[in-house]
Amino acid sequence: MGEWMTVTDPDLSSESKNICQYTSETKMSPSSLYSQQVLCSSIPSSKNVHSFFSAFCTEENIEQSVSYLDQELTTFGFPSLYEESKGKDTKRELNIVAVLNCMNELLVLQRKNLLAQENVETQNLKLGSDMDHLQNCYAKLKEQLETSRREMIGLQERDRQLQCKNRNLHQLLKNEKDEVQKLQNIIASRATQYNHDMKRKEREYNKLKERLHQLVMNKKDKKIAMEVLNYVGRADGKRGSWRTGKTEASFFLRNEDEMYKILLNDYEYRQKQILMENAELKKVLQQMKKEMISLLSPQKQKPRERADDSTGTVISDAEEDAGELSRESMWDLSCETVREQLTNSIRKQWRILKSHVEKLDNQVSKVHLEGFNDEDVISRQDHEQETEKLELEIQQCKEMIKTQQQLLQQQLATACDDDTTSLLRDCYLLEEKERLKEEWSLFREQKKNFEKERRSFTEAAIRLGLERKAFEEERASWLKQQFLNMTTFDHQNSENVKLFSAFSGSSDRDSLTMHSRPRQKKPQNMSNGSPVCTSKLTKSLPASPSTSDFCQTRSCASEHSSVNVLNITPEETKPNQVGRECANQKWSMASRPESQEGCYSGCSLTYTNSHVEKDDLP
Amino acid sequence: MNFSEVFKLSGLLCKFSPDGKYLASCVQYRVVVRDVHTLQILHLYTCLDQIQHIEWSADSLFILCAMYKRGQVQVWSLEQPEWHCRIDEGSAGLVASCWSPDGRHILNTTEFHLRITVWSLCTKSVSYIKYPKACQQGVSFTRDGRYMALAERRDCQDHVSVFVCSDWQLLRHFDTETQDLAGIEWAPNGCVLAVWDTCLEYKVLLYSLDGRLLSAYCAYEWSLGIKSVAWSPSSQFLAIGSYDGKVRILNHVTWKMITEFGHPATINNPKIVVYKEAEKTPRLAPGRLAFPPPRAAAGVASPAETKYEIASVPVSLQTLKPVADRANPKIGIGALAFSPDSYFLATRSDSVPNAVWIWDIQKLRLFVVLEQLSPVRSFQWDPQQPRLAICTGGGKVYLWSPAGCVSVQVPGEGDFQVLSLCWHLNGDSLALLSKDHFCLCFLETEDRVGTAFGRPGDHT
Repeated sequence: MGEWMTVTDPDLSSESKNICQYTSETKMSPSSLYSQQVLCSSIPSSKNVHSFFSAFCTEENIEQSVSYLDQELTTFGFPSLYEESKGKDTKRELNIVAVLNCMNELLVLQRKNLLAQENVETQNLKLGSDMDHLQNCYAKLKEQLETSRREMIGLQERDRQLQCKNRNLHQLLKNEKDEVQKLQNIIASRATQYNHDMKRKEREYNKLKERLHQLVMNKKDKKIAMEVLNYVGRADGKRGSWRTGKTEASFFLRNEDEMYKILLNDYEYRQKQILMENAELKKVLQQMKKEMISLLSPQKQKPRERADDSTGTVISDAEEDAGELSRESMWDLSCETVREQLTNSIRKQWRILKSHVEKLDNQVSKVHLEGFNDEDVISRQDHEQETEKLELEIQQCKEMIKTQQQLLQQQLATACDDDTTSLLRDCYLLEEKERLKEEWSLFREQKKNFEKERRSFTEAAIRLGLERKAFEEERASWLKQQFLNMTTFDHQNSENVKLFSAFSGSSDRDSLTMHSRPRQKKPQNMSNGSPVCTSKLTKSLPASPSTSDFCQTRSCASEHSSVNVLNITPEETKPNQVGRECANQKWSMASRPESQEGCYSGCSLTYTNSHVEKDDLP
Repeated sequence: MNFSEVFKLSGLLCKFSPDGKYLASCVQYRVVVRDVHTLQILHLYTCLDQIQHIEWSADSLFILCAMYKRGQVQVWSLEQPEWHCRIDEGSAGLVASCWSPDGRHILNTTEFHLRITVWSLCTKSVSYIKYPKACQQGVSFTRDGRYMALAERRDCQDHVSVFVCSDWQLLRHFDTETQDLAGIEWAPNGCVLAVWDTCLEYKVLLYSLDGRLLSAYCAYEWSLGIKSVAWSPSSQFLAIGSYDGKVRILNHVTWKMITEFGHPATINNPKIVVYKEAEKTPRLAPGRLAFPPPRAAAGVASPAETKYEIASVPVSLQTLKPVADRANPKIGIGALAFSPDSYFLATRSDSVPNAVWIWDIQKLRLFVVLEQLSPVRSFQWDPQQPRLAICTGGGKVYLWSPAGCVSVQVPGEGDFQVLSLCWHLNGDSLALLSKDHFCLCFLETEDRVGTAFGRPGDHT
């Protein structure tokens, strides 16, 4: 609206300006032109303007134009421009006031119109832009619609295709199934056919075999024969017995008997094994139960104190059951009667144990949680604070050290010429000397002490050596004693002897020659006794180093020592040694093809044996 | 470890006598009997033709020599060298010959499995058993020598007959629920007979001595089944190796499976020790064997010496891809053997031909894997202790015990390719057989003591 104002050139003349105004106005909407015209007409400021408007009103036609205007205005509802005429004949006078009022009103109207127009125009613009926006939106949506429509069509197409495929696959599957069915049928029929053929073939084959057999047999084949120089005896020494019609039945019965015996033996053996296994398992069970009871008993008291606690009653029940069981020693009864009780009690206890363990777990987890929640976090903060503090301290200390170092250096630098400082230093040195002396004396004292201790230690070592010697002697005598015991009370250690004799017997049987046999009994006993003795000794020595035990045995030994000396004469031991040597020779003989080491090991074995024997001899 | 000199041999026929005193070996027509300790020739028997099979009688008094091509069997006596016996099966032919456990009867199987002829050395009598089945393992004697079980086929149905060996009387006869019976074997206690079906079907049947069916076991269907079966010496376990590469172990109480041992080609468990045979780099580390053997023979320094290295897990073993369109594919457990104390089980999976797997039966888990450089031909346990001897057809013999393992080069000129081996009764010597030679390998007694004391749990 205001554009035309700026467009105007200030250099142009007023006329041209006006024209320009006009022309610029003409570019505007027709309504504005009109208003401009009205405006111009309403404000006749100059002659030029007046002349410009002369088209409507001139000097000549004032009357007419006024009347025309009056008419026009009255039709628009304005008051008449003329004064009220008194008479009809009299010429009506132009009322100036009315004219001015009318003009004012017109101007107000004009302004209002202008405002309204502006509003309308802005609204129009707004609406226009709204319209544009909506149109855009519409276009977009239309596009979207189009694309989605297209997509839908595509999807539909695909769906259709997939359905088609699916249908095809279904068809294929069906076909395949049919095929499989067919093939299975074929296989089955082939199999039956094959089996049938096989059977037929086999029958034929059997027939042929039979025929062949007959032919081979009937031919009186002279070749089928056995040439033996002389018949051999049976391995078991019995005479060969071949079945005959009569004895067949009895033979058969005997065989049956034997077979069943074998089977029975096997079953008995297995039953024994199972029984043993069962017994062991029962033992384990019992032990477990005991342990459970012992484990649960310390807790049991607490719940009992609480009296109403359910677990407590269960425990007591269980314990009663257990008591019954163990008292009656029902373990040897058949399982059926015991089983239920046993399993029930075990189950109960197990449940208790489980609940207890779970409780413990819960407690532990609770404690953990609490701990983590409170203490740990706080402590961590503490830690951090502490570390910070410590770091600070360290820093301070470092600084201190630095300053001290600096001071010291300064002192050193100034020491040469400063008397006071030298004095100070002297007194420091004196102090230090004194301290050193004190320390020196302390060290000497300590040294003395150490030497004293060393002396006592060496003495103790000497004493220990002596004691050891004595002990060795004691041991030898005890050994003798034990050995004597073995020989005199052989039956006491029958088990051990048996073990050994099984071992020695085998070697003796293999190796002992005739000449050692007559006197074999006693030396053998002796040789039997000695390893047992040593084994016992080696067992007992590390296990019981307590002197009281040893003293007892020693006293025993001293009692029997005289008998011991009498009992064994060198004559009797000799054959045994000879026998052993023989055994050694055999050993080496047997192991010769193998290697030298085998012989060596045998030798070493015998060597240890002989060593033991030497120990035995008085 | 000492080795004897090399002797001639033919047909891998070399056997220790059951009493452990003698060693019989065949060279073409001749049987040579030696003393085991001195290796001096005690007897030399000459047969009519090339010997194809020899067998000692249980009492070590006789040797049976079978000449299948001739259809003849010759028997020699150790006590009376002049004694002889010749059995001719004539036109019926001969395919197998064996002693009865009493050592006084000989069982000859004729061609086409027409019959089994039982010849007695005590009397003139001969008896026939008809309808024996031609299968993998059709005859089985109980360990005490009392009974013989025989697989039979009558009217297209498998049967088992149990005979009393003392008088060859039929004790029991029953049909088995098998399609095509493949083998039978008595438990070492002689009370249970394991019967297994052909490889087309996984089926094991367990019969009591009196013919009752104790149990039947089937692990799976529709696939190749059993390949090998072994009883534990305690009769407690029955190990079944199958074509799916697994060993299943049945217990003797319920006859149900206790455990299943798979043989995967990769070993991830760090608890399992994997010994890998490796070529020794010459003269770099002479004494660094896993289990250094005191070498007696100094002149062994052959270029192809090997040693065992402990491989770090995970280890992947060499596998063989089986040919799918041929019969008898190289898959499954081809060999199984329990150690004499039943603590260990050694197995070989045919698809992993270079490896021997040793399982701890007490803990029921894999214990050790030995991977050789070449396919394992055979292995055998020491009869006295848990010690396994392995041969791969090369110039070495391998020994494993819980304490460790060794590879030992067989000394001697030329190649001595160990194709088979057999232990002496007391476990201190080992016969190594090659195509036309054999030698004895003596193991040190000290070594034996050491390993005997090493319990299976000691090894870490």
